[in-house]
Amino acid sequence: MRGLQLPLTQTQRVRLQRALEKLESLSAKANSDASVIIADSIPVNYEDAFLKGHGTTDLNGELVATVCGVVERVNKLVYVRSLRAKYKPEVGDIVIGRVVEVAPKRWRLEINFSQDAILMLSSMNMPDGIQRRRTALDELNMRTVFEENDVVCAEVRNFQNDGSLQLQARSQKYGKLEKGQLLTIDPYLVKRSKQHFHHLEKYGIDLILGRNGFIWIGEHVEARDSMIKDQVINSEQATSLQGQEQEQSYTPLETRQNICRIANAIRVLSTLGFRVDAEVIMETVSLSISLNIDIHEMLGSEFHVLVAEREAERRSLSKRKR
Amino acid sequence: MEYVSHDGLRIDGRRPMEMRQLCAQIVDVAKADGSAVFEMGKTKVIAAVYGPREVQNKSQQIRDQAMVRCEYSMANFSTGDRMRRPKGDRRSTEISLVIRQTMEACILTHLMPQSQIDIFVQVLQADGGTRSACINAATLALADAGIPMHDIVTSCSAGYLNSTPLLDLNYTEDSTGGPDVTVGILPKLDEVTLLQMDAKLLVDIFENVMQLAIEGCKAIANYIR
Repeated sequence: MRGLQLPLTQTQRVRLQRALEKLESLSAKANSDASVIIADSIPVNYEDAFLKGHGTTDLNGELVATVCGVVERVNKLVYVRSLRAKYKPEVGDIVIGRVVEVAPKRWRLEINFSQDAILMLSSMNMPDGIQRRRTALDELNMRTVFEENDVVCAEVRNFQNDGSLQLQARSQKYGKLEKGQLLTIDPYLVKRSKQHFHHLEKYGIDLILGRNGFIWIGEHVEARDSMIKDQVINSEQATSLQGQEQEQSYTPLETRQNICRIANAIRVLSTLGFRVDAEVIMETVSLSISLNIDIHEMLGSEFHVLVAEREAERRSLSKRKR
Repeated sequence: MEYVSHDGLRIDGRRPMEMRQLCAQIVDVAKADGSAVFEMGKTKVIAAVYGPREVQNKSQQIRDQAMVRCEYSMANFSTGDRMRRPKGDRRSTEISLVIRQTMEACILTHLMPQSQIDIFVQVLQADGGTRSACINAATLALADAGIPMHDIVTSCSAGYLNSTPLLDLNYTEDSTGGPDVTVGILPKLDEVTLLQMDAKLLVDIFENVMQLAIEGCKAIANYIR
């Protein structure tokens, strides 16, 4: 939880403190004393064979941390998990990025990584849906597919030799994202799970949790196939009915309010440093609705404290069940 | 003018071997990946780190390591007179270069190829020792951003006035034109990364003064931890 910059009254401060302490006592505190800062030596039994992972380095035969963080041990692997670093990509991760450049035969996307990721033209489905070789005409029409500042959802395909990332967007669920909000949070709050695409029927909203910390909340779009969308637009334009066109691109007020509510819920969770997944988000949103809290009040201190308390309760309940 | 009185007190009431009060804080600069504020007495400096991110100028990209850029600036209101300082004036460029070289020595740049790390340091209040405060603030900001480093870098200045080595000069003592030694070290590895001096000193006295500055750096390192 990084510098909670909220004006908290004395009682709120006490409540928040108590909730956080409760959470700490509940979590598996096997390595509570394993937080290190840079150049601290990591306590390891040097007789056992161990592997040096991220965030560590060898100094005169001693294992030393290179970032500030928590020491994690998985079997023989010892590494330091930093709290604030950039996204660490793995093959098969779902990420959301913003196009920064249209280059010959590829797009460059900004994801939260030390380099921009590359989406090759050949890794994208063509608008007409046919699987074919990309011709020079396709290359010239790249801008009709994605332009600068478009938000795109894709999957990590592999790493290049120089460390840069290659993405692919070959399936229907990847591609350009429209009519919604992009949110940036710390990457470590989004953990790997079975489902990254969530369709919240109750609110009619699509929620995509990108593992790089970019989260997309948008109006639910039925068919991601741009072919159909193009067809619809063409027919609209052919009949040139202005009213109909306007209606098509108009998002109803309620959906927009829901989008904002969910976005604020995610902001609150990320400020408090809680893991962000669909369940928790839904609970936070229903909490806010049940308490009749206004959307903009969700970012206020009172709601933060409530969410912290609720989370503490939830975790203690689940612990007791076990 | 007497900088050290008969009882051994300096102008601001400190003893010769005493450092000014330190205060370090991790703050939240909105768009930066890491940021920190460091105060040494009345000198206050804010550092913001962006990166590692894509290199903006492709021609300067280095294939197998990260490029480190640094910019030092003083705010208009930082000194006694409100003065508008031009961006590229010689002192700023020199200090930017110095800070860049110091930080580059300790960042593990080969872990982030073809990327760029930007360090922006701005002096909010200047009362001597801004160079050291900048380096300390930059170290904290880099640690906050989660950028892997060999070790933290701490820096401190020392001088020699009235035949006494003085630790951590403030502006009045610095502006006399006497010797001013700035040292930056990696405390755990016990290595010196920065050594600068103004004016002249005899070699033996220089050794004393440098030793004193190194002690100051170690004290700062303890404080930061």
